[in-house]
Amino acid sequence: MRDFEYEAPTTLAAAIELVAKHNGSARCLAGGTDLIDQVRVGRLTPDVLIDVKKIAELNVLEHGATGLRLGAAVPCYQVYGHCGIVSDYAALADSCRIIGGVQIQSRASVGGNLCNSGPAADSTPSLIVLGAVAVIAGPKGRREVAVEDFCTGPGKNVLQPSELLVELKFPARAANSGSHYRRFIPRNEMDIAVVGVGASVVLNDAKDKFVSARIALGAVAPTPLFAKAVGDALAGQPINDETIAKAATAARAIAVPIDDMRGTKEFRLHITGVLTERVLKAAVARARGEHVDCRIGH
Amino acid sequence: MAKKRIVTTTLNGNQTEFLCEPRQTLLEVLRDNMDLTGTKEGCSNGNCGACTVILNGRPVDSCLVLAVEAEGATVRTIEGVATAAGLDPIQKAFLEGAALQCGICTPGFIMQSEWFLSQNPKPTEDEIRFNLAGNLCRCTGYDKIVRAVQDAATTWQDHYMKNCHEKGCH
Repeated sequence: MRDFEYEAPTTLAAAIELVAKHNGSARCLAGGTDLIDQVRVGRLTPDVLIDVKKIAELNVLEHGATGLRLGAAVPCYQVYGHCGIVSDYAALADSCRIIGGVQIQSRASVGGNLCNSGPAADSTPSLIVLGAVAVIAGPKGRREVAVEDFCTGPGKNVLQPSELLVELKFPARAANSGSHYRRFIPRNEMDIAVVGVGASVVLNDAKDKFVSARIALGAVAPTPLFAKAVGDALAGQPINDETIAKAATAARAIAVPIDDMRGTKEFRLHITGVLTERVLKAAVARARGEHVDCRIGH
Repeated sequence: MAKKRIVTTTLNGNQTEFLCEPRQTLLEVLRDNMDLTGTKEGCSNGNCGACTVILNGRPVDSCLVLAVEAEGATVRTIEGVATAAGLDPIQKAFLEGAALQCGICTPGFIMQSEWFLSQNPKPTEDEIRFNLAGNLCRCTGYDKIVRAVQDAATTWQDHYMKNCHEKGCH
């Protein structure tokens, strides 16, 4: 593998200084499940890897009345092993359970998944529908960017060469809310999404109407796509097959997939509709307190 | 060339120091520096699980871990599974059930299965298959591997339950 230096700062200030000093020639190392492979094959050529796992702020995992804080380096297994996330931010737990296999989940982080900025990243649609905000730090201080505005193209995002992602902040969940993420892959596990869909809904007290909904689509555009208009159109609508089918049609209309080895454009558009319906129904079921079986084939 | 680092780990129960370059993976160091060649290299990109080791109590693909990251860590490899008393029950189950052919994937499957049974001593077939999704085998077609894990779980449940209680996972 290419020769590089390794640094493992223990404070955020030291990490910011290192990232800024190397101004683009350093990469932050969290789980390394994408990064180490990318360095090995020569897709990335960093001079320094900055291991951020020893920094307290990047390992934060706090859930309370004001919402959820998820440090950028927290690995997937801690996300789906956290009762508060499983109950209140279920879409995120759904994503983390299907990223790679168990070995990958021991190391891979949601923050890393976001910073890699792949269009098919499994956790990003969940972050978007749950309203997550990326907290970014650099030499000029901190700034916050809504996750739907974070990715700018395949492998590209708003991070400047001198900045790093510190944590993801989520607002508290509303009463009568539920969320879900699901993807289509030709295998049962260990594959990259052909299409992925996340949805989060808030229902009225009678649980027969949508108060609001957020939907995000993966692998059907150059970046994970926030389908804002599709979710907004559901507000105030009754929950039935017709309104959900309309949302699916609207989701298909904004998807701009490509043909590639994983699927054709036509197939991806079809799957976008199918998954939007299923994911919305599952999010509604969760908001009603019903159990949703996420196993393959269910 | 980046300076070599001294890394101190607890490797299969023994405090161990090794010298490595930042660019070396844990897999390379285990095999090339420590002569622990039981851990296998398959795909080298995190798909096949042949290089699975237990790092700080969690299974990882050692091809996707830098050796320098193991500073202060506990590492367990296939060489640490059998004891003076004999093979681990999961190793016996693989042998008795002929759950291997060429054997390259076997150390990874053993590490992952042993860890899994220590977390979940009474798994369903679905749970076994899900937990072994990160391990690939080109020979067996998986059924014999799944049966070996089921046999180990049934025959040796007390053994794995004990591990499970000691680790406080249930």
